[in-house]
Amino acid sequence: MGLHTIHSSPANTAGNAAAEEVLRSPERLLEIYYYLLLTRMLENKVAYICHNQNPQQPIIIGKGYLSTGQEGISVGAAYALESGDWLAPSHRDMGALMVRGMTCRQIFLQYFARASSPTWGRDGNVHVGDTSKQILFFISHMGSNLPVGNGVAAALQYRGAKNVVLGCFGDGASSQGVVHETMNYASVFKLPIVFVLNNNRYAISTPLHEQCAVEHLALRAAGYGMPGKTIDGNNVMEVYRHVKEAVERARRGEGPSLIECKTMRMGGHGTHDPATYIPKEEFETWKKRDPILGYKNYLQEQGILTEDQEQSIKARIEGEIEEAVEYARTQPMPVAEDLLKER
Amino acid sequence: MPNMSYGEAIRDGLRTAMRADENVYLLGEDVAQFGGVYGITKGLYDEFGARRVKNTPLSEAAIIGEAIGASIAGLRPVAEIQFSDFITTGFSQLVDVAAPYTFRSGTHLPFVIRAPSGGGLRIGPYHSKSLEALFFHFPGLKIVMPSTPYDAKGLLLAAIRDPDPVLFLEHKKLYYELREEVPSDSYEIPLGKAVVRRPGTNVTLVTYSAMVYKALEAAAKLEQEGISLEVVDLRSLVPLDEATILQSFAKTNRAIILHEAPKRGGIGGELVSLLCEKAFDYLAAPIIRLGAKMTPIPVAPALEDFYYPSVDEIIQAAKRLVQY
Repeated sequence: MGLHTIHSSPANTAGNAAAEEVLRSPERLLEIYYYLLLTRMLENKVAYICHNQNPQQPIIIGKGYLSTGQEGISVGAAYALESGDWLAPSHRDMGALMVRGMTCRQIFLQYFARASSPTWGRDGNVHVGDTSKQILFFISHMGSNLPVGNGVAAALQYRGAKNVVLGCFGDGASSQGVVHETMNYASVFKLPIVFVLNNNRYAISTPLHEQCAVEHLALRAAGYGMPGKTIDGNNVMEVYRHVKEAVERARRGEGPSLIECKTMRMGGHGTHDPATYIPKEEFETWKKRDPILGYKNYLQEQGILTEDQEQSIKARIEGEIEEAVEYARTQPMPVAEDLLKER
Repeated sequence: MPNMSYGEAIRDGLRTAMRADENVYLLGEDVAQFGGVYGITKGLYDEFGARRVKNTPLSEAAIIGEAIGASIAGLRPVAEIQFSDFITTGFSQLVDVAAPYTFRSGTHLPFVIRAPSGGGLRIGPYHSKSLEALFFHFPGLKIVMPSTPYDAKGLLLAAIRDPDPVLFLEHKKLYYELREEVPSDSYEIPLGKAVVRRPGTNVTLVTYSAMVYKALEAAAKLEQEGISLEVVDLRSLVPLDEATILQSFAKTNRAIILHEAPKRGGIGGELVSLLCEKAFDYLAAPIIRLGAKMTPIPVAPALEDFYYPSVDEIIQAAKRLVQY
């Protein structure tokens, strides 16, 4: 695929050393696997409900927006964060939401627009966040969360905190002017923020080559004076390694980085979109690079994951999802008067 | 009590807020050593340093974004947008990100955007606009437009300590024109409290910001002709002090709404609706709206002066109402 590091940050082994330690720990590796599977299965459930509900009385209000096939990016990147770090999520960051402590219950409450959802039923699907867990609320205007992520990073810097922000966006968002402003601004102030660009090759139906005139979006980092890397987003360990290095760099006060993670959106923009505009062969090619499959093979080769463990992790996740769906399904919907209640 | 100009009172408000609360800091283009293009933040860099008075790149969206994010993380940023006209390049951050944030998340955003607004300085279509009506349309944003030095400081302190986003639109023509005694200590004027600048009995004139002075000039001239004009200065548009407007109107039964922004789509239409919906029985004459003409703001003096509602137009409007 010709993935390569376009620009390396100055020698800093601290982040790498910490990353390598984690990647040698069977418990941590299995935990990453748990989050990958959780994300996949949770979103499969969302898709299943979307496709099997009564349109006259839908349980999910709106559509599902999934990260299927891209879980390696959101899980790997968020796993590089520590307690007190912040997340500015993008459309396809369910994995990051899970790693950072949001629950299956919160996600289904949100998708079902229940009164006790993170947005009180006032917003839906992936327009979610949790301030108590340092997660900003995503909005539909692509790239618009990034300057807000800068602001959180500025506050962390102002207070002398050693925390960082993970700012996530996609290839479509990268065409927004506000993303340019954000990157330049973050670099000028050496803000503790790491930009993770999920390049999944399509912005709804617009392919990458109609989105930008370069192959690697991380090239832009040079123009902002920050390190930029293009990596394989379907290799969760690679994602974790590189984001960890960038996170530790930001934590040391050396400023932002841009990590472009190449992947493929393995479906439509949302559950309503059959993605007929994407050639079948493209899906077939990328299916072989499935991030969870690749990671599972690695764990099995290393003797870290047995078939029994695999089954028991899946059973645990299934239980968590079923419990959350049942819980959310039985929670009340908002009533009309809730609209005007102050929060 | 020190005598301060409108601009000095704003600076004193910033200084007072920053001394009282470590979480308050300033950001914006040229606000540090240079002191801002109107010199409002002059000297604050010397007192508080680069950490609390931050020069930014020329990036309104990023500036407003920083204010939003820093306020989510618990600070109380006060961002200066060099001219209110330039807010439009960061418009989405204010109306899409900030305005609905609390409604969606329950998290409050205690930040202030300060911006020189309004015209009369012969600086044309890109440095003179009054954009309050744009923001008035969006739930979740407060809008303050002070008209006096005393109000400017007290309202600014209230805005900085408010839990929600406040757009603080300063009239640039008033920065150095006006002086009055302003307390050097801390005081707040609550948002959403209008003030009757001049009591009257025949006609209510509702206005805000620099138009208050044209209204007062007209009122003085009208008095000589036996017409008593009551001038209500709104001070903030959101929250809106409906009670003071309605109380005045219940007394006079006649109203003029005056603003510097274009009449079409301006705040005036909303205030007329307010009176029609809540005080129709008091109506003794049609309500008159006075606003700028529907053109971009021109530079040449004769053109710009003609663009805004004049004192004479106010006088004629009041006469029409009492004769109706």
